[in-house]
Amino acid sequence: MAEVLVVVEANAAGVKKVTLELLTHARELGTPAAVVMGAPGAAAALTDKLAEYGAAKIYAAEHEDIDNHLVAPKVSVLAHLVARVQPAAVLVGATQEGKEIAGRLAVRLDNGLLTDAVAVAADGAATQVAFAGATIVTARVTRGLPLVALRPNSISPTPAPADAEVTPVAVELTDADRLARVSERVVEQKGSRPELTEASVVVSGGRGVGNAENFTMVEELADLLGGAVGASRAAVDSGFYPHQFQVGQTGKTVSPQLYVALGISGAIQHRAGMQTSKTIVAVNKDGEAPIFELADFGVVGDIFKVVPQAAEEIRKRK
Amino acid sequence: MNIVVLVKQVPDSGAERTLRADDNTVDRAAADNVINEMDEYAIEEALQLQEAGGGEVTILTMGPERAAESIRKALSMGPDGAVHVTDEALAGSCALATSRVLAAALRELNPDLVLCGAESTDGRVQVMPHMLAERLGMAALTGARKLTVDGDTLTVERQTDEGYEVVTAATPAVVSVWDTINEPRYPSFKGIMAAKKKPVRTVSLADLGIPAEEVGAAGATSAVLEHRRRPARSAGVTVADSGDGGVRLVEYLATEKFV
Ligand SMILES: Cc1cc2nc3c(=O)[nH]c(=O)nc-3n(C[C@H](O)[C@H](O)[C@H](O)COP(=O)(O)OP(=O)(O)OC[C@H]3O[C@@H](n4cnc5c(N)ncnc54)[C@H](O)[C@@H]3O)c2cc1C
Ligand SMILES: Nc1ncnc2c1ncn2[C@@H]1O[C@H](COP(=O)(O)O)[C@@H](O)[C@H]1O
Repeated sequence: MAEVLVVVEANAAGVKKVTLELLTHARELGTPAAVVMGAPGAAAALTDKLAEYGAAKIYAAEHEDIDNHLVAPKVSVLAHLVARVQPAAVLVGATQEGKEIAGRLAVRLDNGLLTDAVAVAADGAATQVAFAGATIVTARVTRGLPLVALRPNSISPTPAPADAEVTPVAVELTDADRLARVSERVVEQKGSRPELTEASVVVSGGRGVGNAENFTMVEELADLLGGAVGASRAAVDSGFYPHQFQVGQTGKTVSPQLYVALGISGAIQHRAGMQTSKTIVAVNKDGEAPIFELADFGVVGDIFKVVPQAAEEIRKRK
Repeated sequence: MNIVVLVKQVPDSGAERTLRADDNTVDRAAADNVINEMDEYAIEEALQLQEAGGGEVTILTMGPERAAESIRKALSMGPDGAVHVTDEALAGSCALATSRVLAAALRELNPDLVLCGAESTDGRVQVMPHMLAERLGMAALTGARKLTVDGDTLTVERQTDEGYEVVTAATPAVVSVWDTINEPRYPSFKGIMAAKKKPVRTVSLADLGIPAEEVGAAGATSAVLEHRRRPARSAGVTVADSGDGGVRLVEYLATEKFV
C-alpha cells in the first residue's frame, strides 16, 4: 500500500490531538507515514505516540532553522518527500499552520487542495462543511494527489500500534526558506485548559457576561466540565476575553461533544463556528434568542443565577 | 512605500449563502455582495502607513464586473486607485488559479508591500497570502495583529493558537491582517465623491498573458462532486428558569454523561 504523508503538529505537551486524528484518517487511505519537522531531537520525543496511533514510518526532518522561520522550510521538506515517496495522499490539519503549509505546497507542486474537510474517503474524495455549516460538499482534487486539510475534532483518534520506523530526511534550506524569521514566540498563559479547537467541551461567554471579571464564572464552569473557554465576537470586541478564544466566522471553528453558550444570542456568524458541535446547551434571558433554535437544551434565565447554581450542583455530584 | 491591498467581494456573511445547483459554484447572484470584512482592516492599515510614510495605495481585486461596486467603496476610504482583474473565463477559479492571476497582476504593480485580509468569509481558506508569497518569492507574514515598518524591515506580531509570535522580514512581502489590528474608518462624503474620479484599470486574462483554459472552471484543480444542505438542527427542550434552572441544566448534562 502506498504511504500517506501526515504532517505532524506538536507543542511542548507532545503530539497534538489533530495529528492523531490525521493518523486515524490516514489508515483508510494507505500506510500512515508521519512527517516530523523541527529542531534536532524533535522526532525522538514524538515517536512513541506516533507509533501508538499507527505511524508505520516516521520521516524525521530536523534542522536548527526550521522552527524559527514560518512555514517555508517545512514546505521545502514536504515537496522533496512527495517527489521521493510518491504518496497516495498528503494530510495536514486545517489549523493556521496546516493550511499555510498546504497552500504553499499546492503552488510548489501545482497540485489541487481541499481545505476544512471533515472526512476523506479511500479514493481521496473529501467531505467539507461550507457556509457556516449549512452545506455539505463532497469534492476531489483533480490535479495531482489528494492534498487535504482536515479540521480538528473531525474524528476520534483511535490507537493502532505500528512500527514507526524512523527515517532521517536531509534538510537543505534555501534563502527563500529563510525570508520570514521568528524572533520571539510568546505563550500566553491559559492554565491547564485544553486547546479550544481540540477540546471535547467548550464553554463560551457572550456580551451577556457583562465584563472581563465576570468571565471567571465562564472559566469556572469550563473547568468543572474539563473544557476550554470560548467567547463571542461581541465579548472579544468589548475586551472581556482575548481574540484567540473567539468562536465563529472570524474566529475559531469548534466541533466539541458539548458546547455551552452563556449570554450569547446566536448570530449567524457565531453559529458558523460552533453549529457542528454534537450537543449544544444555552443559557440566555431572552427566550427569543436564535441560539435556542439549535440548542438541545436551553434555559431561559439569568446566567448570573443559573450558572453559579449549575456549578454548585456539579460540585455536589462530584 | 507603495502598497497594494487585496480586496475581495464576497456574499454577505449575515445572509443565507448557497451553492448553485447547476455548476456547484457559490451563488453570488442570490446574495448581497460586500467587501470581505477583513480586507477593510487591510485597507485601513495601508492608509495609516501611507499617512506616516507616503507612497501610493492601490486596490487589487479579481472578480466579476459587479465587484466594481466594492472597488468604489474601497476607494472611498482613501486609496489612490485600483486594478480590477475581470474576465468571464475566471468564473469558477480555484484558489490555485486565483493566486496565479493575482500574482501576475502584482508582478506588474511591483509593490513594496502587499496587504490582505487573513481570510475571506466565503472561501475561508486562509491560503491566498502564502500562495502569493510562494509565487512571488516574497515572505508571508500572516495573521498580523500589529505591523511596524522600519525602513525596509517589517515586524509583525502574529496571533497563534497559543499566544503570539514576533516575525520579521524585509520588503517586498505579503502581510495578512486580523480584525484586531485597527479600526477601519468610515468613508466620508468627500471620500465617496472623490472615489468616483479615481482611476480603476480593468485588466483581462489576455492582458496578463494567462491562457483562459488554465483558470476558471476549465482549469480548476479540484471539483465539487456533490453538495447538499446539512439537515437543520432541530431545537430541543427549552425550559424557563424558575429558581432551579442551574440544577435542571446539570440534570440534562448528567443524562448525556457530561457530568
Ligand atoms: C463579517 C462578520 C464576522 C463576524 N464574526 C463573528 C465571529 O467570529 N464570532 C462571533 O461570535 N460573532 C461574529 N460576528 C458578530 C455577530 O454578528 C454578532 O454580533 C455577535 O456574535 C454577537 O455576540 P453576542 O451573542 O455575545 O452578543 P449579543 O448579540 O449582544 O447577545 C448577547 C445575549 O446575551 C443575553 N444576555 C444578556 N444579559 C444576560 C444575562 N444576565 N443572562 C442571560 N443572558 C443574557 C441577551 O439576551 C443576548 O441574547 C461577525 C459579524 C460580521 C459582520
Ligand atoms: N479574488 C480575490 N481578489 C482580491 N483579493 C483576494 C481574492 N481572493 C482572496 N483575496 C485576498 O486574500 C485574502 C485571504 O483570502 P482566502 O485565502 O480566500 O481566505 C482575502 O482577505 C483577500 O484580501
